[in-house]
Amino acid sequence: MGYSIAEEKIFNSGHAACPGCSEALAIRYIVNTLGRDTIAVVPPSCIAIISGPQPYSSMRIPVYQTTLESSAASAAGIKRALKAKGNDHTKVVVIAGDGGTYDIGFQALSSAAERNEDFIYVCLDNEGYMNTGAQKSSSTPYLAYTTSTPSGKPTPKKNLAEIMAAHGIPYVATATTGYPDDLARKVARARELKGMRFILVLTPCLDGWGLADNAGPKTSRLAVESGIFPLYEVEDGVRYTLNYGSKGIPVGAYFSQQSRFKHLAQAQLDEIQTMVDVNWRRLQTKF
Amino acid sequence: MRKEHTRLLLNGNHAVAYGVRLAQAKVIPVYPITPQTPIVEKISEFQARGEMEVELMTAESEHSAMSACITASLTGVRVFTATASQGLMLMHEMLHYASGARTPIVMANVNRTIGSPWGFWPDQTDSLAQRDTGWIQYYCEHGQESLDTVLQAYRVAEQALLPAMVVHEAFYVSHALEAVEVPDQTIADRYLPPFDPPHRLDPEIGESWGNTVNQDMFHRHRHDLGQAMERVPGLAREADAEYKKLTGRGYGIIEQYRCDGAKLVLATMGSMAGTAREAADQLRSAGVAVGLLKVKLFRPFPTEDVRKALQGVPKVMVLDRNFAPGTGGFLHQELKAALYGMENAPSVHGYLAGVGGTNVSPANILELAQAALTEGPAANSVWKG
Ligand SMILES: Cc1ncc(C[n+]2csc(CCOP(=O)(O)OP(=O)(O)O)c2C)c(N)n1
Ligand code: SF4
Ligand SMILES: [Mg+2]
Repeated sequence: MGYSIAEEKIFNSGHAACPGCSEALAIRYIVNTLGRDTIAVVPPSCIAIISGPQPYSSMRIPVYQTTLESSAASAAGIKRALKAKGNDHTKVVVIAGDGGTYDIGFQALSSAAERNEDFIYVCLDNEGYMNTGAQKSSSTPYLAYTTSTPSGKPTPKKNLAEIMAAHGIPYVATATTGYPDDLARKVARARELKGMRFILVLTPCLDGWGLADNAGPKTSRLAVESGIFPLYEVEDGVRYTLNYGSKGIPVGAYFSQQSRFKHLAQAQLDEIQTMVDVNWRRLQTKF
Repeated sequence: MRKEHTRLLLNGNHAVAYGVRLAQAKVIPVYPITPQTPIVEKISEFQARGEMEVELMTAESEHSAMSACITASLTGVRVFTATASQGLMLMHEMLHYASGARTPIVMANVNRTIGSPWGFWPDQTDSLAQRDTGWIQYYCEHGQESLDTVLQAYRVAEQALLPAMVVHEAFYVSHALEAVEVPDQTIADRYLPPFDPPHRLDPEIGESWGNTVNQDMFHRHRHDLGQAMERVPGLAREADAEYKKLTGRGYGIIEQYRCDGAKLVLATMGSMAGTAREAADQLRSAGVAVGLLKVKLFRPFPTEDVRKALQGVPKVMVLDRNFAPGTGGFLHQELKAALYGMENAPSVHGYLAGVGGTNVSPANILELAQAALTEGPAANSVWKG
């Protein structure tokens, strides 16, 4: 894409993420791109742990740690107050997990989107409640093992990017840590816009997915190349742009990196492959 | 003489809205619920007419409204919201979060029964059930008091850095029309300095809030919160006295009415105080020495003031329009606790009267007073209609 990452050093080393964690990598590109004039909202999640325990902070910006379901409302409150004070420059960003976004925080998120509140919401999607021990969320993929779905999740992943696009907000994008320049560019793009901006970042979790310490970026790229997690942008709910899509790699290649799918039989793999192909074809009609 | 107030015919909820306008709250996240809605409607009207510069955020729930109140306050602006009943219940988690974050939010709560089953009736259980959330709580008897208390609540809340709830009851106060004196803006401005907290969410300051703390920090944080609460009775007395100097109206944190030489004191909160005052007058006219103790500040409980007020009184009859199954009336519980260990403490009769919004007339109170004068006190609250 030819985007060169311009980083301001906001995110620091020494934080408490598992070594090799994709969430930490994502946070780096998000806050370092947004810069110093930013206030972050973080709900309970691995992100909160990475943010640091009092009196430490891994980010050189104010971070407000809110309750699990309140991120979007909390961000709206900050932005409204800044506006009331005549401050039109400070940016507000939510960095929340999939549990805090797809599930318990969805009501507040949808409402903030409907009101077109002026902040950036980034969901770091590791497809489960990792902070509490890798339970399922509504983002967990079909048949994946989690500690609350030991025989595999019986229903598919919720398609949140499309749900957010259906709100007609100025900007929706998907991204993942295996494509850092694409992620940083999308954050920079969101930074220039006004109103509600939503970025869904797939962040492979070592512990919850059963990955080798160094497998995060590779797994992230395979998610895109297999067509499971295409990278695209949607402006105003209608203008779709594809950035990176399927390269026809079988889903089995993506799954083989992870222990959460190791129980799958060939028939189940085939079923998932069909679902992925159908979804990819349906998405392609939008570009 | 310069005009210092305007006299208007207002219901209790509209009176609250005028109080909020005078306080110049800047961010107001809200969600509608009967019987709170006229408060927000009036504020929206002020905004539409250009009489109030405010960010009104129409949240999708009270939980989100309170969440936004907390962060707006932490960002350094004066905030307000209003709710009732189910709305307050939904906020519960964030009520604790607000006091933990030391945000001086002022919220009006219009007392309404909590489901199930559904009802719309005046009953104070909703706000009283939030007594342990770290919020200051004021109970008001009429619209004028609610307006005045909104201004006092901001002053005290911002000094103590604690959130404050201004409470009045459904319909009896919220929808009853009365003549209300609305102070001039200049008076309100003299009373309430601008809100400009040194600690706030601001990239130029760089401070964060909410990070995980260790046990020792948590311990100190709770202790600090407790100490802030302990300052509130003094701050509230001072705020009331200052308000009286400017407007001629003061209420005290408790009110003693005709308590001199009383052999029985009626203790209650909110609109019931008006009815009990009437009953006390009638009893006094009939030669029975009965007085009234109105508890206006319920959290923190004004233990010292109450003890002083009841020194030498042989009997207290508590009227609770609220009910906690398993313990009884909230004021009854709190009053017993406040009087515990006091020398020559009065005997305390706790009567559940008006629970669920049933009407309690002065005549009913006369009957109850007769019962209290003849009966011995029961340990638990007694149902009296
Ligand atoms: C109201 C509430 N319920 C439950 C919890 C416990 N809890 C903390 S983090 C978490 C899961 C978060 O999952 P996600 O948002 O996906 O973040 P991750 O840990 O995966 O980064 C849960 C359930 C909570 N903090 N608050
Ligand atoms: S559990 Fe997963 S998301 Fe959490 S810090 Fe470890 S690798 Fe990162
Ligand atoms: Mg997660």
